[in-house]
Amino acid sequence: MTDSIHTLQEFMFHTKGILYILAIGFLIGFTWFWRFLHKYDREE
Amino acid sequence: MTVSRRRFLEWVAAAGVGTAAASSAKAAHGEFSGYPDSYGVLFDATLCLGCRSCEKACNEVNKLPAPGKPFTDLTVFDEKRRTDYRTFTVVNRYNDTGADKPVYRKIQCNHCLEPACASACFVGAFKKTPEGAVEYDASVCVGCRYCIIACPFNIPAYEYNEALTPRVMKCTLCLPRLREGKLPGCVEACPVEALTFGRRKDLIAIAHEKIRKYPGRYIDHIYGQHEMGGTSWMYLSGVPYTKIDLRTDLGTTPAPEFTSGALAMVPMVIGLWPVLLGGIYKITQRKEKIADAERRQEVANAIAATQGEADAKARAAAEKFQKEKERAVDMAVKKALADADKEKGKEGE
Amino acid sequence: MTDQEITMEKKSIFTPFNIISAIIIIVGLVLTYLRFTKGLGAVTNLDDTNPWGIWIGFDLLTGVALAAGGYVTAAAVEIFGMKKYHSAVRPAILTGFLGYSLVVFALLYDVGRPWRLPYPFFISQGVTSVMFEVGACVALYLTVLFLEFSPAALEWLGLKKLRSLIVKLTIALTILGVVLSTLHQSSLGAMFLLAPSKLHPLWYSPYLPVFFFVSSIAAGLSMVLFEGTLAHRHFRHKMDEAHLAEHDNLAFGFGKAAALVLAGYFAIKIFGIALGNNWHYLSTPYGLWFMLEMLGFVLLPCFLFAIGTRDRNARLIRVSAFITVFGIFLNRINITLIAFNWQLPWDERYFPSWMEIGISVFVVTVGLLVYRFIVTKMPILYEHPDYKQEH
Repeated sequence: MTDSIHTLQEFMFHTKGILYILAIGFLIGFTWFWRFLHKYDREE
Repeated sequence: MTVSRRRFLEWVAAAGVGTAAASSAKAAHGEFSGYPDSYGVLFDATLCLGCRSCEKACNEVNKLPAPGKPFTDLTVFDEKRRTDYRTFTVVNRYNDTGADKPVYRKIQCNHCLEPACASACFVGAFKKTPEGAVEYDASVCVGCRYCIIACPFNIPAYEYNEALTPRVMKCTLCLPRLREGKLPGCVEACPVEALTFGRRKDLIAIAHEKIRKYPGRYIDHIYGQHEMGGTSWMYLSGVPYTKIDLRTDLGTTPAPEFTSGALAMVPMVIGLWPVLLGGIYKITQRKEKIADAERRQEVANAIAATQGEADAKARAAAEKFQKEKERAVDMAVKKALADADKEKGKEGE
Repeated sequence: MTDQEITMEKKSIFTPFNIISAIIIIVGLVLTYLRFTKGLGAVTNLDDTNPWGIWIGFDLLTGVALAAGGYVTAAAVEIFGMKKYHSAVRPAILTGFLGYSLVVFALLYDVGRPWRLPYPFFISQGVTSVMFEVGACVALYLTVLFLEFSPAALEWLGLKKLRSLIVKLTIALTILGVVLSTLHQSSLGAMFLLAPSKLHPLWYSPYLPVFFFVSSIAAGLSMVLFEGTLAHRHFRHKMDEAHLAEHDNLAFGFGKAAALVLAGYFAIKIFGIALGNNWHYLSTPYGLWFMLEMLGFVLLPCFLFAIGTRDRNARLIRVSAFITVFGIFLNRINITLIAFNWQLPWDERYFPSWMEIGISVFVVTVGLLVYRFIVTKMPILYEHPDYKQEH
């Protein structure tokens, strides 16, 4: 057993930190994906 | 803090397997058993005399400002007090408890195993230390006072009269002293050993032992063993806990669990809303495009129809004109022939 | 009144509004000085048991809920394609932008060390806190609102290239705005999940985040109508044809939406009581207060909106919008101040000091003055002639 996470508070601190980073990454990635998907719809 | 992925996965596996081997000091809910050797304090309400030595010691050890009334003044018991910006602990007297004499109870931070203040703080100013104390870091505190909202025991106080450097003020479990191997100030000062300091799991055993040895003396419940997921500061009492201002309706759910559901929705919204809204936007766009195309088609049809109508009209008119012309020519020819006949007839006579 | 008198009245800056605003501003500046030299204790009635007062209950919570018109209107027009409400977007975005700015402004007074407000983002991230998420989303959303508002300012300043660049971002900003708004509107409610022992059972519910989010939609719709009513009365001369023509249609459209949202909100509130099996609380004094909030300020405006929409009665809809706005205020005040610490004896409860009220009024007045400046100078209620080709 690891000696780094002993409480629910610590667990949440760890997981929420990762989740926030993933969430921001998704928003950026999704923007790219959206443009990728609609490349030929744009009359640019 | 960093947890390597391997250790994290080990932990997840162990959590499922290790319940049998887990230590007895378990948090009320689920897999988190807290720091194994953390300290705590056991308060025995049947022993407390209300001498206020603990209050005095706390004030001295923490170098807090002098209180309004001296610590020897026992008239303070005439009203219910609470912790404030210069008082980390108070003792209250309770008269109508059903016991034959007044009961005294010491109020201070309970150093919860899963502190609501730590869960609430958006700058992480509160930390549950391995020693057991819930430590406050004034160097990052923004002063939002959400911790005060969150604490179910109404413990944290605030320096409302400090204009530029207000701090949250609460019992520290004398963490600096603990790290030097000393006892908390209040525990050391108590003349009747109403306060017992030790490892939390030992204190629970001691408390159970006391209850077992003196069954008529104590309520068969250690307050703080499970409340709010367990606290490091626990209580024994001879009278119902509600009589000494310890709420029994707080439940055993650790504070972070109250908001974990709502927080769990955050990544769901972030992951799904853009998909949903983007999809609706595209559907709207498509509908508009189709509506646009339909409108254009209608206009084209209308134009074509009117053009066709106009053409038909023109053709009809042209035909009519042609017919009339032919008729007129016919009539003219007929007339000419008739005239010619007439002429012929006239000549014949 | 003769034409001469009208012209003379218009030219004077000593209108009643301006005089009263000036007094409020001066008082506000004095109170600001007191707040930052003597501390919160000297200016507020906050204490260790009641750490949050009207600056949180009104300025922050009510302010954020009422500023929701921005994301609701933008979503309706840009995502759901309801182009006929296009003229309502800029005023709604402006109200949203100013609303959130005022929230941050008020927070500078309430928080103990306002210069440390960036700390949660840059120094120590308390990610387990719902309030962390509120702060992050509000900060990001304020940026979104600023960007959504900026084309109006850029048109006024004549910066065409920058303006068209930002306009290209509209749909992305709108979607991001809805995402962020969903998160922080609901999380303001989620903050109170942490204190089940302090909030009255009729208001406390695991559904608090949903209640806050749904009510923010009704709040936004109503606030757009309310603000439109006021703008129509005081800034009519600034409105162009499209704006004036759509005034009633906006009421009918948003009124219908508000009727539906309030109906849904009322229903889920009932479900919330059922979930907690809290029916017995309804017959207590707090229960009566709860029913007043639900029946008088949710169900009643729901029906008034419905009748107004059905009978094409724009005036009734506007009255209902005002009731709804007040109802949102009442709900947020109930959760932060009235139903909070409900078990404590009255002498331990909180009531705002006149100075707290003074600062709140000061903050709102500053907002009104900025609103007036922007609306009279920039193309909010009308379309700038150079950019009329859009839509």
